[in-house]
Amino acid sequence: MADPVKLTIDGREIHAAPGTLVIDAAKQNGIEVPAFCYYEGLTLQAACRMCLVEIEKTPKLQTACTVPVAEGMVVRTETPQVATARKYMLEFLLTNHPLDCPVCDKGGECELQDMTFRYGVGESRFTEEKVHTPEKQFSPVVFFDAPRCILCYRCVRVCDEGLGVKALGVINRGVVSEIAPNHGDHLECDECGACIDICPVGALTSGAYRYQTRPWEMTHVGTICTHCADGCKTTLGTRNDRILRGNNRDRSGVNGEFLCIKGRYGFDFYDHPERLQAPLLRVNGKLEEVSWAQALNAVAQKFNQTLADGGTFGVIGSNHTSNEENFYLQKFAREVLRTNHIDHHRTGDVVTLLDALSGKEGKLATVADLYERKAFLVLGADLALEHPLLSYQIRANYRHHQAHIYVVTPGAVREDHYSTVSLRGRDYASLRDKLKAESELVVLFDDSYKGDDVRKLVEFGESLGIPVKYIALVDYSNSRGAVDMGVAPELLPGYKPSGQPGMHYGEMRDANLGALWVVGANPLKNGAQRKAGFLVVQDMFLTETAQQADVVLPAASAYEKNGTVTNATGEVQRLKRGINTMGAKPDLEIMGFIAREMGAAAALGPWTPDAVFEQIRKNVRGYQVPLPVLMTGGAAQTMPVNGRIPVESRPDLVHSDHNGLFASGTLGRYSKVLNSVMESRLRR
Amino acid sequence: MLYNEPSPLETRVLSRRFGKPNSASIDTYLADDGYKAFLKASKMKPEEIIEEVKASNLRGRGGAGFPTGMKWSFVPRNSPKPKYIVVNADESEPGTCKDRLLMEYDPHQLIEGILIAGLSVDAHAGYIYVRGEYRYLIEILDKALAEAYQKGWLGKNIQGTGFDFELYTHTGAGAYECGEESALLESLEGKRGVPRIRPPFPAVVGAFQCPTILNNVETYCAVPAIIRDGGKAFADLGVPKAGGTKLTCLTGHINKPGVYELPLGFPVLKLIEEVGGGIRNGKKLKAFIPGGSSCPILTAAECEGATMDYDSMASRKSMLGSGGVVVMDEDTCMVKAALRIMRFYAHESCGWCIPCREGTAWLRKLLTRFHQGMGTRTDIDLIGDVSRNMLGRTFCPLGDAAALPTISIVEKFRQEFEDHLDGKPCPFEHARHMVTV
Ligand SMILES: Cc1cc2nc3c(=O)[nH]c(=O)nc-3n(C[C@H](O)[C@H](O)[C@H](O)COP(=O)(O)O)c2cc1C
Ligand code: SF4
Ligand code: SF4
Ligand code: SF4
Ligand code: SF4
Ligand code: FES
Repeated sequence: MADPVKLTIDGREIHAAPGTLVIDAAKQNGIEVPAFCYYEGLTLQAACRMCLVEIEKTPKLQTACTVPVAEGMVVRTETPQVATARKYMLEFLLTNHPLDCPVCDKGGECELQDMTFRYGVGESRFTEEKVHTPEKQFSPVVFFDAPRCILCYRCVRVCDEGLGVKALGVINRGVVSEIAPNHGDHLECDECGACIDICPVGALTSGAYRYQTRPWEMTHVGTICTHCADGCKTTLGTRNDRILRGNNRDRSGVNGEFLCIKGRYGFDFYDHPERLQAPLLRVNGKLEEVSWAQALNAVAQKFNQTLADGGTFGVIGSNHTSNEENFYLQKFAREVLRTNHIDHHRTGDVVTLLDALSGKEGKLATVADLYERKAFLVLGADLALEHPLLSYQIRANYRHHQAHIYVVTPGAVREDHYSTVSLRGRDYASLRDKLKAESELVVLFDDSYKGDDVRKLVEFGESLGIPVKYIALVDYSNSRGAVDMGVAPELLPGYKPSGQPGMHYGEMRDANLGALWVVGANPLKNGAQRKAGFLVVQDMFLTETAQQADVVLPAASAYEKNGTVTNATGEVQRLKRGINTMGAKPDLEIMGFIAREMGAAAALGPWTPDAVFEQIRKNVRGYQVPLPVLMTGGAAQTMPVNGRIPVESRPDLVHSDHNGLFASGTLGRYSKVLNSVMESRLRR
Repeated sequence: MLYNEPSPLETRVLSRRFGKPNSASIDTYLADDGYKAFLKASKMKPEEIIEEVKASNLRGRGGAGFPTGMKWSFVPRNSPKPKYIVVNADESEPGTCKDRLLMEYDPHQLIEGILIAGLSVDAHAGYIYVRGEYRYLIEILDKALAEAYQKGWLGKNIQGTGFDFELYTHTGAGAYECGEESALLESLEGKRGVPRIRPPFPAVVGAFQCPTILNNVETYCAVPAIIRDGGKAFADLGVPKAGGTKLTCLTGHINKPGVYELPLGFPVLKLIEEVGGGIRNGKKLKAFIPGGSSCPILTAAECEGATMDYDSMASRKSMLGSGGVVVMDEDTCMVKAALRIMRFYAHESCGWCIPCREGTAWLRKLLTRFHQGMGTRTDIDLIGDVSRNMLGRTFCPLGDAAALPTISIVEKFRQEFEDHLDGKPCPFEHARHMVTV
């Protein structure tokens, strides 16, 4: 790196890397220069003029957000001239501002309020009529109140540069300039809410959150989004056991401030009117609400009886439940129910990838790698729709570091706009020479590459002569964790062989089992008829599977429990309980109670998340992650095996749901926000 | 037919062919030694062309007065990127109406200037960005371009010189701000017409991210004469630090309004009295705008001894600007003049930055109310204060352009503001002849 530049800011001699903007150099040294339009990572605007500072030898005040540091530069940020400029800039901003702070969603966390408090004048000399325009709804999610807008263009830029969508623009000019959709009167966009989140004032608001609360009345809980496998950290704003908001303003987690619509608004399924809040027991052919005691007792009795009768058990686990729940469930199945008939819906061929990489270190890419590495090969997936965060990271990498992106997909994808090469089909091998010329590579592939395809792909990657890392794309928040935890007939936790492989998902669905226990899955969703003699379902909703059950146990959502999940890139993160929903219990607790009722609890050990995670740490290779990292909301990558996996992987069982932006398997059907977006598209 | 009778006091270099029959056609242009300067330049080294332009002391005629030769020398001629020549024909500064004549009467002179600029920086494409309201000029220009292509003065291997040049016209959509060079480039690229952050300047990163020469129409039109007769001959027409002639647009309460080509350094009072035939109806001079509404206004007293050049105007804390002179007589209400000017800037502010967007709108409302007799004494200082809060703090010079004349009017004609206080009707309303700019 080039030598640092020496300059003086407010009398302090400081050093900064060449090219650093004065505003950043100041910030790195604890000197705040106020700014509205400057936003780290987005293009420069020099529009708000809040950051004006004095720079010696330049006659006019300069915008600290556009001027790079220079050797010997002398900057002053606190002179009377600067203070005056800030004061009157705010006076200008407030001339046409409605000052409706008492009813504005942003009141209390508004940058304009804070700035006025800190730098403003106490009174306004503006006595003319203000410009007013009525509020507009741009989309099911996005509302816009133009008078509050300060025209910092953050929303326009985050949508264009951050999301690659370009749905927002500016119309008119002068004092009636207004942010507006680029397509007539509505947004054609990802509905991600990034524009709302980044708005420093209350101009852009969300249909989900507006007028629900004052910000300071909420409690904030950082947890992990339960939808796709990217594993975004989301900070839930909760009040009285209700989730009112999801965002990640503190930029912690693998995603920084990014969230897609599902993470930002799709939590609302928890509150769906059809949410189960009491156990159901089939009495005379009909499901009836019963007490937890009755329901647990019914399950325990039947399980014990099936055991006694030598009947067979089948257990279907989930892509959404925590590692602890999956670990406990497979242990329950194997040690108490004495069966290897345990599986989950596999959405990517992780097993073959890990096997193919055996003996190698540092081969799995992290979410951070997607922003940092120099070249990418995207195979099969439409990342922007199926893996919004991963797509966002690669896009940011392209914008900031001009990363090279190679796309080999069946159809057009958003990455085509900035890819080095885009091919339709599967012929990635034709890119060999180009890829060999790269200094490093990350390969992402979806479920259209499995089994031998994956082995060939790894062979190809390893033959390029450059460092290559891989990501096997999977669908859901804990798809990866489910395999790691051994919720599979042929594998124990940590990819150890189970000895005698049991039935897989589809076989269990279609077999005449003595008892089938389904935790957070919906195997009968396509109209299949239940075959098992006894069916227990743990779920949030009366799914197609639950409707055919003998006992339905209302489960807590990811936002209502503690634990850990592992994302597509193998990074373990912590779920933290945000709220409680009356009547529902975390799956782990339900399993623990069943064990206790059966008299089998002792064998399985305590069923608190922390205790089970300790067992995972002891039993699953790679999960010895540093606890402080997890406890403080960080992510730790795991490589859960590093040797051959001595069982046949089952590529035939791998099927991704290919959920787009507004779908999330069965769960998505219960989200009001996702449905409203889908419906608005149908109406178009 | 010409818009106005020429004055015997003119030095007609750029306008030498105005009024001749068919002056816009390539045939008459060639007959009048047209394109000879291009042929001459095609045999010169690029540095020699630029040296000649430097020697002419030509300064940009679009308003800022930046030395043209120096600007051209900033273009990295050896950059592997294509280079562009862009013509600022957005002519929107109130009081300014000269570029239209240059394009209407002598479009080939402009094309020739563009070609020479192209030679000097190894550019092979150019754009003439014409304000949307000048629709009729597009026809004239397009016809001239077609003729030039047809006769081999544009296109591939021009007249066997081996030099290729493609030239296009492009219309604006009616925004004053698109005359500001970087906003013009944005607009040319099909984007919203808001300015760019500078540096980098257009010479290095201009149209389509490539090195670009961007000048006013009149600036390019001076180039053929400079090459033909030599830079020194052109420089000698003017005053030491500003060479040549300037097309001066005489507007306002004047007997003979029109566009006159005068050497730089021409005395202001002589301009009004002799070129313009004096003030209408024998009235007295009250105020004088030297070069478009963006310049601080001069009082009659300040016009004494003033000359039309950069230094003389700078010493009076004003500017030569674009050549749009506005003469205001004793019946002019200066509050209303300030209001009229501010209405223009409030309407034209692009809205990009806070101080200009909010400041011009505020001042327009304030001045409207004030002129209607509903002002208060504190409003007078407020008008100046709000203007000063814009000054020097906006993203582009439009904010300054709005602030400067306003500040000068409040400071120099404060009494007229006092006369509007206490609900009194405008003391000039009987006169009823507002300057129309
Ligand atoms: C708000 C604004 C409007 C402008 N309008 C024009 C214009 O209409 N025509 C023009 O030639 N220059 C205009 N300019 C000046 C240009 O930015 C630029 O300085 C000029 O075109 C450079 O050419 P020159 O060096 O030949 O004068 C304007 C500048 C500003 C700030
Ligand atoms: S919601 Fe997201 S995609 Fe839609 S306009 Fe806002 S930033 Fe763009
Ligand atoms: S809506 Fe918000 S983010 Fe967008 S320009 Fe206005 S204030 Fe900025
Ligand atoms: S990208 Fe995936 S993890 Fe992130 S917010 Fe969206 S659905 Fe949730
Ligand atoms: S000063 Fe600001 S608002 Fe005004 S025209 Fe320039 S950029 Fe636009
Ligand atoms: S932060 Fe510098 S101008 Fe807005």
